[in-house]
Amino acid sequence: MTKAPTLPRVLPGFGLSLGFTLTYLSLVVLIPLAAVFIRASSLSLEAFWDAVTAPRVLASYQLSFGMALLAAAINTVFGLLLAWSLVRYRFPGKKLVDALVDLPFALPTAVAGIALTALYAGNGWLGQYLEPLGIKVAFGPLGVLVALVFIGLPFVVRTVQPVLEDLETELEEAATSLGAHRWQTFRHVILPVLQPALMTGFALAFARAVGEYGSVIFIAGNIPMVSEITPLMIISKLEQYDYAGATAIASVMLVASFLLLLAINGLQAWQARRNGRSE
Amino acid sequence: MSIQVQNIHKAFGDFIALDNLTLDFPSGELVALLGPSGCGKTTLLRVIAGLEQADSGRVLLDGDDASDTHVRERQVGFVFQHYALFRHMTVFDNVAFGLRMKPRGIRPSEAEIKRKVHELLQLVQLDWLADRFPAQLSGGQRQRIALARALAVEPRVLLLDEPFGALDAKVRKELRRWLRRLHDELHITSIFVTHDQEEALEVADRVVLMNHGRVEQIGSPAEVYQQPATPFVYGFLGAANRFEGQSSAGGIAIGKATLTTGQHVQHGEVIAFVRPHELDIVRQEFGHGIPARVSRVLTLGALTRVELEGRDDVAGQHFDVELPASHPLAGSLITGEPVRLQPRSVRVFANPETAGAA
Repeated sequence: MTKAPTLPRVLPGFGLSLGFTLTYLSLVVLIPLAAVFIRASSLSLEAFWDAVTAPRVLASYQLSFGMALLAAAINTVFGLLLAWSLVRYRFPGKKLVDALVDLPFALPTAVAGIALTALYAGNGWLGQYLEPLGIKVAFGPLGVLVALVFIGLPFVVRTVQPVLEDLETELEEAATSLGAHRWQTFRHVILPVLQPALMTGFALAFARAVGEYGSVIFIAGNIPMVSEITPLMIISKLEQYDYAGATAIASVMLVASFLLLLAINGLQAWQARRNGRSE
Repeated sequence: MSIQVQNIHKAFGDFIALDNLTLDFPSGELVALLGPSGCGKTTLLRVIAGLEQADSGRVLLDGDDASDTHVRERQVGFVFQHYALFRHMTVFDNVAFGLRMKPRGIRPSEAEIKRKVHELLQLVQLDWLADRFPAQLSGGQRQRIALARALAVEPRVLLLDEPFGALDAKVRKELRRWLRRLHDELHITSIFVTHDQEEALEVADRVVLMNHGRVEQIGSPAEVYQQPATPFVYGFLGAANRFEGQSSAGGIAIGKATLTTGQHVQHGEVIAFVRPHELDIVRQEFGHGIPARVSRVLTLGALTRVELEGRDDVAGQHFDVELPASHPLAGSLITGEPVRLQPRSVRVFANPETAGAA
C-alpha cells in the first residue's frame, strides 16, 4: 500500500501546531480533570455510589442542572432580544448598554451574589414588593435562577451579536417582498441563520451556570434538599476533609456536563449538515 | 400592469435623493433606470417596491394608489444586486419560499408547489440545481435563481436593482441577453436599475436617465443616444469630448481657436460635445481647429485611440479620438506631435451654468 501524497498546505507546521495544541490541552485541562477521577477512584465502588447518590446530593444535581438549563434558556431568549436591539437600533447610550453587557463577566461573582441578595431579600428594594405577593426570590431556588441568569447573560449576547451584524437586511426585504409576514420572516429566514450562534451561546451560558458557585451561595440560602447546589456539596465535603467524596461528586458533575455539551455540539453539527453549511 | 409615480420626493438628511419626480411606466415594458451612482435610481426603485417610504408623493400601481400598501401586499417581485438568497435553504426551497408563505387558505398543495417550482427552474434553465445550496452556485446562477424566486409569487411588476452589478463582464453580457428573452416571453412590466449605459441601451425598451434625483430624459435607446436632450445625457451615454465656449460666426470660439460647427449655434455660452469617432486630426500646428498635442496612441483591435492634450487656450483639457486601425494616421502619429482637431459632427447645448445670466 502506498502512502497517499500529502498536499502542501498554505500554512506550514500542521504537525507542530497539533502537537502543541494537544500538549497544552493536556496540561491545562485533561491532566487536572484526570486527577479528579484518580482521586475519586480511591473510593470503593460502594462508597463512591453512596457518596454520589446521597439524597442531599441527588437534590443538588436536580437544582444545579435544572436551574442551569432554565437560566441558559432564559438567557437565550433575552440575550437574542438584547443583541437584536444593540445591532439593529440606534439609541442614546447604546455604547454604554453595550459595555454593561460584559459586566457580569468582570464582576467578582461574590459581589454579584451579595448585590442580588440585598436586592431580593425580604427587606431589599425589590424583595419588599415581591415577598407580599408570595414570590420569595432570595434564599430559595428562585434566587439560584436569578443569580445564574445574571452571570450567563453575556454569553448569548456576545455569540449572537456578530452573526446578527453580518445578517443582511436584504434577506428580510426579500422575504417580505415574497409575501412573508414578520413572524414568518423571523421563523424561516432569521432564526435558521442565528441558530448555531444561539446554541453556542446556550451551551456556554449553561456550562458557566452549572459550575457557578460564588454568586449563588449568597442568594440561595443553602437549605438542605431545597436550595443547595452541587458545587456547594463539593465544598462542604472539602471542608470536612472528605477529599475523595468531593471528587466523587465532582466527577459525576464533570461527566454529566460533558455529555450535555457533547449532545449540544452533536445537535449543532446535525443541523449544520441538514442546512448544507458543512461544506 | 402600469406603474405611475407622482411628485415623489425623498430626502436622506440634507441629501435629496428624489426631487419631486413624476414618471409613467407603461404596461409590459422593460424600462431601464440609468444614471450615475447617487442619482436616486435605486431609491426610486425601492419606493416603487415599498421598501422605502417617500416623504411625499404617490405610487400608483395599475391606477390604484399603493402608497400606503405594505411591500407584502404590493405583489412586486424584487431582485437584489447581491441576490439575497436564503443560504440555509436549497435552491428548490428558495424558489418555493413565496408560495409556502401564503396564508393557509390560498397556499397551493406541496405537489402543486413542486410542479410550479420545477417549471420556474426550467424557465431559468437551472432545474438540475434544485437540491444545491446557494453557496454552491456561481454568481450568474444565483441571480437566475433569485429571479425565479421573485417570479414564483406571480408578481404584477418585476423590479431589479443592478441585477448584473456583481457579475463579471462575460456573464453579465450573457445574462443581459437572457433577461431580454425572458421578458419577451413573460411580458411582465419590469424596471431595472443600472449605471451601465451599454446594459441599458442593449436590454431596455425604454431608458429613463436620471441625475441628482431628477429625470434628464426618457426615450427609446436609439432616441436617447442619438438625440440627447441635455449635456448630461450626451456626456453620460458613450464617450464624448467636451468643449466650452462662446458662440460666434461659423462655430464656437474657445479663446482664439474656433470649433467649426457648420451649423447655426444659439447665442451665448455653450457646451459642445463631439464623439471620439467624429473628431478629425489635422497634422498642422497652426491653422483652423482646436490646438492639441498627441500624448498617447493606443491600438485596441480594430480601433486606434489617440489621446491628446489641449494646447494654448485649451491647455489642460484632454481629448480622445478614435480612428479605424487601418487609417493612415493611426500608424504615423508621433507622441508629442502638435496637431489641430476638427469635428465632423457637433452637438451644442446652451451652458446651463451660465444660461440664466445670458
